[in-house]
Amino acid sequence: MKKVLLTVVLSLMIYTVAQAQDRGLEIAKAAENADLGFKSSVSTLKMVLKNRNGQVSERALEVSTLELVEDGDKSLIIFNSPKDVKGTSTLTYTHKQGADDQWLYLPSIKRVKRISSNNKSGPFVGSEFAYEDLSSQEVEKYTYKFLKADNHLLVVEQYPVDPKSGYTKRVVSYNKDAEYRIEKIEFYDRKNALLKTLTYSGYNLYKGKYWRASRLNMVNHQSHKETLLYFLNYDFDVHLTDDHFTQNALKRS
Amino acid sequence: MQFGLIVILIVAFLSLGHAQEREGTNRSSHTLDLEIEMENRFFMEAPSFNGQNRYFPSVALRPTYTLEWEANDNSLNIEGFARVDVDEERTHFDFREFYYLKVSRNWELSIGLKKIFWGVTESNHLVDIINQTDAIESFDGEEKLGQPMLQFSINTKQGTFDFFYLPYHRKRTLPGEKGRFRFPVIINTNNVGYESAAKAWHQDVAMRYSNSFNSFDLGLSYFYGTGREPVIQFNSEAGIMAFYPIIHQVGLDLQITNNAFLWKLESIYRSSTLQKFIAFTAGLEYTISNINSSGIDIGLIGEYSFDERDALTLSALQNDVFLGSRIAFNDVQDTSILLGVICDLEKSSKIIGVEASRRIGSTIKLELEGRIFSSIAVNENFLSNFKNDSFIGLTILKYF
Repeated sequence: MKKVLLTVVLSLMIYTVAQAQDRGLEIAKAAENADLGFKSSVSTLKMVLKNRNGQVSERALEVSTLELVEDGDKSLIIFNSPKDVKGTSTLTYTHKQGADDQWLYLPSIKRVKRISSNNKSGPFVGSEFAYEDLSSQEVEKYTYKFLKADNHLLVVEQYPVDPKSGYTKRVVSYNKDAEYRIEKIEFYDRKNALLKTLTYSGYNLYKGKYWRASRLNMVNHQSHKETLLYFLNYDFDVHLTDDHFTQNALKRS
Repeated sequence: MQFGLIVILIVAFLSLGHAQEREGTNRSSHTLDLEIEMENRFFMEAPSFNGQNRYFPSVALRPTYTLEWEANDNSLNIEGFARVDVDEERTHFDFREFYYLKVSRNWELSIGLKKIFWGVTESNHLVDIINQTDAIESFDGEEKLGQPMLQFSINTKQGTFDFFYLPYHRKRTLPGEKGRFRFPVIINTNNVGYESAAKAWHQDVAMRYSNSFNSFDLGLSYFYGTGREPVIQFNSEAGIMAFYPIIHQVGLDLQITNNAFLWKLESIYRSSTLQKFIAFTAGLEYTISNINSSGIDIGLIGEYSFDERDALTLSALQNDVFLGSRIAFNDVQDTSILLGVICDLEKSSKIIGVEASRRIGSTIKLELEGRIFSSIAVNENFLSNFKNDSFIGLTILKYF
């Protein structure tokens, strides 16, 4: 009898775990599907870095993205300030599986360098955003577990597939009333302690379909530093093609 | 000659600007930036030759101007450079770039003075041949003079093809009497010999094929024309002089990016009536990133350089190993340090180098540079002249 009960309990547990995994994956896919078809976009960003004493430092950048369906997106990031790095740019080909391809352009010596995309967990230009926080969010890069529904929020735990990730998990809150847009992400470090919280706000709807936040706030609970990322504008009518994401394009950025 | 080119370019620029005004309806945008540099170089040892100084304060300006029109498919790009230094020869002015660029879907065309970089390795730049080195600017050979060119570049599914027409040769800059990094006899920059009867106006051509597939980045290049690297010749009448032969050069550059490892190879075969030789640099770079979640990256670089030539070439890398480390703090001030040592495998000679930089506030940057020439062997034809030229330099850059 005990054995039977244990089997039932175990299989129920396995069933619920499997169900939670499926539900989590479903939500992530729903979020991805809701965002399909934007084709390409260009946005201008301001990044504000605050240290624990409240001292502030700013960066200006421009991000172009090309949506690809069969593989991950392509993106081009150009720095406009601080002035000593003006014209420095990166080109990234995200892959659904395996390492991303990444090139860096150094304008002072006109050199394009292929760089390793190994450094996922390192800080992006001294900010509280890690490289992996800003790279294209492909469903295949995580495994999932549905946690709970909280009114219109669906909370899903995500476990990075890549062992080089700086996180053991992310807890992502999706808004089911607004095309599964992300409202908040909590990041847990390798020791499974809460490291950072990212809050999305100032959402605007573009082309009647694509939600984009105008303000991202990343707070590091361990270092007490903070980075604010303002999306000053979004342009979905740029009609970019593969030709805008080549090494030649990187050089003339 | 150079002055004539500049005038032609300025006239071209003005006429373009005029054409722009008439069209009127197209949106155009332009940006102007200026960088002012104050450099202080102090040489640690007494000079080898009469007339050389020990302390070199200098000021440099780098204005850049970009004008874009017609949805940024057309642009005019100007990068000026001027330095005032204790050494009269190092006091110089140049347009690093002054070119018109036309971009159309998968091709682009550039006309004017431009800088082009080819290559993958860190300690040596063998394949890079389009631009002349502004040798008095820096010891590492990474400062270049603007090269007049017509460049056509096209992206295809099979890779990128670049074609260059290079109508005018620029002479390598060399230090004057007061300057360091020179030979006992001062080589007059303008007293040079050319193999071509057309002298600096020999019409050079070059092409390059490059492609990236998976973890491979490959470049194949060919250059025909007046070489950028002079051969030092002793002439009974003119004394010591720089001679520029006509060369053919085939180049290969390859990088394989595998996780934290970058495997690199550059190789050239150069032939002229004076010499035929091969040279290569091969090595790897390994980066340990975000050490203990500190954000700090430490890159370890090891490269080996081989050059078949021996006597009287302007190269110190014949059979040498470079070991270096690049430390990036990835902090708000972008602090970074590059340390390296070049060791000759046959002789005792070593060159130790340090480069560090850090931003202060948002518009100032500090740079520290040091080179130490250690145990330079007496039989080093080229390097032995620089054995007392160890220096430390501190530069303040202000951006407007």
